[in-house]
Amino acid sequence: MSLINSVPENLVTAKLDEVLNWTRKSSVWYMLFGLACCAIEMMQTGGPRSDLDRFGAVPRATPRVSDLIIVSGTLTLKMALRTKLLYEQMPDPKYVISMGSCANCGGLFQLAYSVCDGVDKVIPVDVYVPGCPPRPEALTEGLLKLQDKIQQERWLVRAPRAADTAAA
Amino acid sequence: MDIAEIHRRLRERLGNIVSPELEVKDWSLCDVKPQSIAEVCTILRDEPESAFDCLSNLSAVDRKSADTIEVYYHLFSYQHGHRLTLRAATPRPDPILPTVSHIWPIADWLEREAFDLMGVRFTGHPDLRRILMPEDWVGHPLRKDFVEPEEYHGISTRRESLLKL
Repeated sequence: MSLINSVPENLVTAKLDEVLNWTRKSSVWYMLFGLACCAIEMMQTGGPRSDLDRFGAVPRATPRVSDLIIVSGTLTLKMALRTKLLYEQMPDPKYVISMGSCANCGGLFQLAYSVCDGVDKVIPVDVYVPGCPPRPEALTEGLLKLQDKIQQERWLVRAPRAADTAAA
Repeated sequence: MDIAEIHRRLRERLGNIVSPELEVKDWSLCDVKPQSIAEVCTILRDEPESAFDCLSNLSAVDRKSADTIEVYYHLFSYQHGHRLTLRAATPRPDPILPTVSHIWPIADWLEREAFDLMGVRFTGHPDLRRILMPEDWVGHPLRKDFVEPEEYHGISTRRESLLKL
């Protein structure tokens, strides 16, 4: 989009950004991607009792239309390469939630020969959700944190130049 | 027929291929000459008095001090409900065993696992590839002398010791 970072900041663009962000954060589609036991909790979170759908997050079966990848479970070195490939297949802007101890730091299995200790060694992570596994409430909280982050992004407004910063 | 009787008949038929000792316990254990394991397994499965129709498990143990790799075959008979473990010890530098995947099809994947993690090669196996580790992995990680690589495709495998924290 040619408008990205091209308009000076004023009342209109700031409000427009907020509206755009509100629409984006209210339709965070996450990829159907489960690695281990955390995936069971993720299914619960998407299920009727916890219902992630009420925040506009619905599972998508392909990375091509997903905004969010929830890395739920132990990441083996073998899977790490595939996770990276899936992440690269997602269109920008894209977000990552690292769910559970294993995805955060390798957890219980971090000393194993086959385990990648932390998904942030492979792809950039936006929100870390602790727990082993995190309860559906915790993952929902993680999604809300991600929504806060999305809401604060600026897309239309020109990035501040060095001259502007110096003058201020 | 109890396991001791099966063992006795096996000894009568095959002689020294099967060890004279039989350790009688829940899964009674006896040693078998590694090159004859497929022959012994065929007999144990096909003879009606033993009828071991199920290979419950196939695993390998690295005995570094004895310089052998032992492969264990846990046999179970649904027909009679009796159990037997066979142990075949192969030399550690070059562990080679005949496959039993034509006797029990489940052995196909179990032998691939033993090959992947312990490096035991099964001759006659239809498709001896790694089953758990990545295809380009170097080494067999459950060997006692396995050295972990520094990195895997740019992902560092160095980890802080948990005891230091």
